[in-house]
Amino acid sequence: MTNMLDQVFVLLKHRIVGLVPMPVQPILGAVLSVVAILAVFPGLFAISVLLERKGLGRMQNRIGPNRVGPLGVLQPVADGIKALIKEDLVPYSADHVVHFLAPVVLVVVVFMGYAVLPMGRNMTFVPMDAGLLFYFAMGASAELSIFMAGWSSRNKYSLLGAMRAVAQMISYEVPLLLSSVVIVMMTGSLSLDKIVEVQNQYTWGLPHWFVFTPMGFAAFVMFAIAATAETNRSPFDLPEGESELVAGYFTEYSGFKFAEFFLGEYVAMLSISGLGATLFLGGWSAPLEILNVVPSWFWFFAKIMVWICFYIWMRGTFPRLRQDQLMNFAWKFVLPMTLLNLLVAGLWRFMGEGWLRWVVCSAILLAAYVLGGRIGMRSKKFGPRSYRYAE
Amino acid sequence: MLGEGLLKGLGETARNFAGSFVSKERLTTVQYPEEREPLPEASRAFPFLVYDGADWEAGLRCVACQICEKECPPKCIYIEKSKDKKPDYVGKPQIYPAKFDIDISVCMSCQICVEVCPFEAIKMDNQFELATDDRFGGLLYDRKELARSNEYYHKIHPTEAAEVDARLAEEKAKAEEKAKAVAAAAAAKAAPAMAAKPAEGAQPQ
Repeated sequence: MTNMLDQVFVLLKHRIVGLVPMPVQPILGAVLSVVAILAVFPGLFAISVLLERKGLGRMQNRIGPNRVGPLGVLQPVADGIKALIKEDLVPYSADHVVHFLAPVVLVVVVFMGYAVLPMGRNMTFVPMDAGLLFYFAMGASAELSIFMAGWSSRNKYSLLGAMRAVAQMISYEVPLLLSSVVIVMMTGSLSLDKIVEVQNQYTWGLPHWFVFTPMGFAAFVMFAIAATAETNRSPFDLPEGESELVAGYFTEYSGFKFAEFFLGEYVAMLSISGLGATLFLGGWSAPLEILNVVPSWFWFFAKIMVWICFYIWMRGTFPRLRQDQLMNFAWKFVLPMTLLNLLVAGLWRFMGEGWLRWVVCSAILLAAYVLGGRIGMRSKKFGPRSYRYAE
Repeated sequence: MLGEGLLKGLGETARNFAGSFVSKERLTTVQYPEEREPLPEASRAFPFLVYDGADWEAGLRCVACQICEKECPPKCIYIEKSKDKKPDYVGKPQIYPAKFDIDISVCMSCQICVEVCPFEAIKMDNQFELATDDRFGGLLYDRKELARSNEYYHKIHPTEAAEVDARLAEEKAKAEEKAKAVAAAAAAKAAPAMAAKPAEGAQPQ
């Protein structure tokens, strides 16, 4: 029964695919998976927008949206209708083709990332051997679409936003990749299914998630930071910086194209949360051995939503960074830490089993964190802001 | 240590988040259309015309002097004088506005018309829910739509209205006194003349 529930979507797909003749079956299977992804994640997008608006409201001691439907739960529907019926404006001097293509490219590449994410046991759309590589290739393409949007709009705010976005996303792409490399070193595979398999083991009922190892934890923290910056979320939302840049790279977009950017942003958040959960939090594996009765796909989506809630919590808390703080933080703190983390992962591998490697690796990372933080704070690289003129 | 402040900040927002579910006094927002707070006495939106008594047309204090029309910075007031006259609150015959329009889509609520009016005839209303689906006609108020009773004025701005009433009563008393004095003087003048020529036999009136 448990197994049945766990595999319910897989079995359903097989049942539907079995209805058509043999040669069409692979195509139908692919279409079904794509439809499922295209239905589920925009749905989650709607839920996370609602969560965000309600949650942020509560953090600011407001109620949040409460007009549409009971407790405002239909707010995303109202937002969607509003976006769809708005006039679609294209600036006169914009590059029309590129202006049109930018949101399409964003949505396409963002959804492509889902192809390799294992969303449950046997629930990977394309179980690729180099899944992680494919994911990062797709993730990096989002920068292209953002730059297309900023460049084609012929608007100084758009262009500035796009420049900031590209600078930021390329800077944080490096720690994002390097922190994931630690996981690749520990599992010896780029396949996301294999990475989850390795984590889906239990000792005394506790899982072997990578976040519970010293370098795994360090990589997890840095991955979370870099992922926040990658998805242009607060406190790294300089590309959108509404207080200074109107809306950043999508200033000139309205109506459905704006909705596409909005969707792309949230779906990218969900997707990178899924990757983070897969790499560090055991993907679809249950947090305790006895909880394995709960279907695997539930755990995957639960982990995504927890991650999203943390994103919202951060957005409600932190003020936006300044551009130089952002860059200093990426290149002078996160990047050295990830490089050190790679060395520590190697050390872990060669120290063999035993408690000694836990102590040594944790000590090295902790010392580096404290020392790096001290030095950085002292030289005002990423410490509290200091104002020369406006005191 | 690096990151300490971040954790503190996260703790603060978490406290707010949880607290907003527990304690009601944290949620200070007034859910506007359903519940509303009383407007402060000094609040103002757009001007209205004050009238005394029951009949708005007879009681309008405005004498169509057109000072407000001239002073209005965005020129949103339009006045046409009447041909005939009607008595004002003292009883003196005055012309009145045959037409008094205010375009509240132009009005900027500066209150200058109120300040320049020598007759306490135009005052600021605090009614702000004036949305209409007719952009032009619906926002152009004529004198009937602008007329509000003195009681209404007392209700929305009690202190100010009391001052105005006191001032008007004083002026009225002064005017009556003056009229009485004038009448007395005329009578005094008439009395010796009558005493001098009693032979004519005219009765003093």
